[in-house]
Amino acid sequence: MGLKSKDLVGIKELDAADIELILDTASGFKDVLTRDIKKVPALRGKTTVNLFYEPSTRTRTSFELAAKRLSTDVINVSVSTSSVVKGESLRDTALTIQALGADFIVVRHSCSGVAHFLAKNLDASVVNAGDGTNEHPTQALLDLFTIMEKRHVVRDLDVAIVGDILHSRVAKSNIYALKKLGARVRLIGPPTLVPAFMRELGVDVYTDMDEGLRDADIVMMLRIQMERQGRGFFPSTVEYFRNWGLTAERLAKAKKNALVMHPGPMNRGVEIASDVADGLRSVILEQVTNGLAVRMAVLYLLAGVKG
Amino acid sequence: MIVIRNGRVIDPSQGIDGVGDVLIEDGKIREVRQRENTESKGEKVKGRRHEKNTEEKVIDASGMIVIPGLVDIHVHLREPGYEYKETIKTGTEAAVRGGITSVCCMPNTSPVNDNSSVTEFIIRKATSEGACRVYPIGAITKGQKGEELAEMSLMREAGCIAFSDDGRPVMDSLMMRRALEYSKTLGVPVISHCEDLALSAGGVMNEGLLSVMLGLRGVPAQAEEVMVARDIALAELTKGKLHIAHVSTAGSVELLRSAKKRGLAAITAETCPHYFSVTEEAVGGYNTNAKVNPPLRGKKDIEAIKSGLHDGTIDVIVTDHAPHHADEKQGEFDLAPSGISGLETSIGLSMRLVDEGVLTLPGLIEKMALNASRIVGIGGGTLRPGSDADVVVLDPAGEYKVEAGGFLSKGKNTPFDGWTLRGRPVMTISLGRIHEWQ
Repeated sequence: MGLKSKDLVGIKELDAADIELILDTASGFKDVLTRDIKKVPALRGKTTVNLFYEPSTRTRTSFELAAKRLSTDVINVSVSTSSVVKGESLRDTALTIQALGADFIVVRHSCSGVAHFLAKNLDASVVNAGDGTNEHPTQALLDLFTIMEKRHVVRDLDVAIVGDILHSRVAKSNIYALKKLGARVRLIGPPTLVPAFMRELGVDVYTDMDEGLRDADIVMMLRIQMERQGRGFFPSTVEYFRNWGLTAERLAKAKKNALVMHPGPMNRGVEIASDVADGLRSVILEQVTNGLAVRMAVLYLLAGVKG
Repeated sequence: MIVIRNGRVIDPSQGIDGVGDVLIEDGKIREVRQRENTESKGEKVKGRRHEKNTEEKVIDASGMIVIPGLVDIHVHLREPGYEYKETIKTGTEAAVRGGITSVCCMPNTSPVNDNSSVTEFIIRKATSEGACRVYPIGAITKGQKGEELAEMSLMREAGCIAFSDDGRPVMDSLMMRRALEYSKTLGVPVISHCEDLALSAGGVMNEGLLSVMLGLRGVPAQAEEVMVARDIALAELTKGKLHIAHVSTAGSVELLRSAKKRGLAAITAETCPHYFSVTEEAVGGYNTNAKVNPPLRGKKDIEAIKSGLHDGTIDVIVTDHAPHHADEKQGEFDLAPSGISGLETSIGLSMRLVDEGVLTLPGLIEKMALNASRIVGIGGGTLRPGSDADVVVLDPAGEYKVEAGGFLSKGKNTPFDGWTLRGRPVMTISLGRIHEWQ
C-alpha cells in the first residue's frame, strides 16, 4: 500500500489510511534521525526544488534538511512576491523548474490553490508547503505525529485550536486531519477570526477561552499575525492576550496532562505566555524535530507513487 | 424580399405566438403573417397577397422558433484598449452567433468611455466592423473614479444610451444621488453595479463554508444588498431612472420586489445566466473560469433569482459578457480577473428556464429582447412592421455541446464548457446580413 496521488496538496485530499501510512513511515525515519549517521540513500539521484513565494525559514529549512537526509539534491528558489504580479507567470516558472529535472517541487505561495494548479500542470510531485489561507498539510501531519507519540491514539481526543482560525492554513489542515482520525475539535477565538459558520466543518466554536479549554487533551495555539490588528479583527494585542492568550492559569482549565502545541514562530506575550511556551507541557520543539521525519516520509512515499 | 416561412413566430411586443411567416423588405420587417389556426398546416395565411416581382429568398423555418434579435444591455467589448481580450468585431460576431443583434457596451475600456470622443470612436468602429448594433454606455464619473460627474449630456448626444461605472461602483452616496438627478434630463438610466467595496475587499468568491474550505477570501451577499438598498433609496429620493446590474443574491431580489411594490421610482433590474445556472460549487478546484463579480452564489439565491424572473421583479436577462485572455485566467485564483464569456451560451442556458417552468418562451424572449430595449430606449426587440429586420431563428429541439474553444469571442473563459444545451440559433439576420449555421 502506498499513497494514491503523486502530490500532497492538502489533507482534504487524503483519507485516514493515507494519513496513518505517512505517520507510520515517519516513525521509521524518526529512528534514522536519532542515529549517528542521519542520512539514508533512499532518493539518491532525485532532485527537490523548494519554490518559495513567501519568506519562510523554518518550513523551508525543514524541507531542505528532510530532502538532504534522503540524499536528494536540493535547490532553493525564492521568488519575491512583487515579481509575482509583474514578472514571469506561475506556470512558466514551474515549467522552467520542471525542465531542469525536478522530481519534487515543494511550494509555498500566498495564494490559495497554487499547489493544486502546479499539481495539475506538472509531472513532478508537488508538495504543498502552505498555500494562502488554504492548507499546510505537512504541519498538520507533524502535529498529528507529535500527538501520536505522546498519546498513541488520536480518536476521541478533545483538541482545542486557538486563534486566527479564519486565516490559518495550519488550523484548516489540522481540523481536517483531526476529524479524519476521529478527534473532536473545538475552535476558540474572537468572532471576527472564528466565524460561527465554521461549525459547519463539524467542530465546536467558542469565543470564551476558559469555556473552550475545559478538559481539553491538546491545546494548539496559532500565531497571531500582527497586521490583522488595525484591520478591524481585534483592537490590540494587549486585549487579545487578555482574552485569548494562553497563560498557566488558563491552561489549568484543560486536562492535567494536556499538551501545548504551537506551529511557530511564536509571539510570546501575544498568543502565549513565555512560561507556558517553555513549560513542561509544551511539545513545541518536539514538533520541529518531528517535522523532519514527517517531511522525509512524505517525499519518500510520493517517490513510491511515481515508481 | 426575404420570407421566413412556417416557423413558430414569437413577438411579445405584438402579443404574437403562433406559426406564421415573417416578411422582410429593404432591411425592415414588412409584416408577420400568422396562420389562423396553428393546427392547420395548410395554406391559410391571413391576408395572403404575394407579389412575385422582386427576387425573393424563402427560408423554411418549419419546426423552428422565429424571434426578434436579442438585446443585451450588459456587454464588455474591451475596445479600445484591451483588444487582446476582445474587439468590437469579434465581440459582435460572438453576439450574432448567440442570437443577439444589439449590444450595449460598458465603459471600462482604456481610455474609459467617459467623454464623447471615446463614444464616437466606439460607434465609428462598430459601424465599420461590427456584426450587430452597438450602443455605448458612458461612465457616470470621469475615469470611473467616483469623484466628478462625466459629461453625460455630451455623451448622450454622441450616442450613449445609459451610464454606468460598472465594476467600479460609485461608493460616494452623494455622487450617486447627483448622477441619478442629473441623468433625469437625459431620459436614460443609471446602471448600478452594486458592491460595497469595503465589505467585499479582497474577496474572490461567495463567502461561506466553501470559501473557508478553499482558503479563498469571501464576498458576503450583503456587499451587494447594502448597495441595492442604498440605490433604491436614492432612486426614490431623486425619482431618477435606476437599473440594477447583475443581481446575484436572494436578498437583492427581495429588496427589489418590495421597492417595485412601493412603486415610488422607476427601478428595473437584470440578472445573468450564470446566476441562475450554477452555484459557487463551480469554483471548486480553483476553477478561474467560474470567477466572476459578483460571485456565483448558493442554491437559495438561484431559487430566489428564478422566482424574481418569474414574478417580474427581474426585468431582463443580460450576459455581462466579460472576455479575458487565456493567460490571465491561468494561474493563481486570487490574481485571475473576474468574468465569464457569455454571449454564445446566453440563450441556451436561458432556455432551461422554459423547461423548468420558470418562464414561458414568450416571457423569456421578452426578458432577453423587448424589456432590455425599452429600458435603454433603443427600439429593438420587436418584429413590428417597419422596425429593423433583426431576426433570429432558433432550433428549439436540437441539443448541442458547448465548446469554448470554438467560440467566436476571443474570450474562451466559461464554466459551461462541455455542457449540453438546446435552443441554438441556426440563423441570425443582423444589419441586413444573413448568418446561417448548421
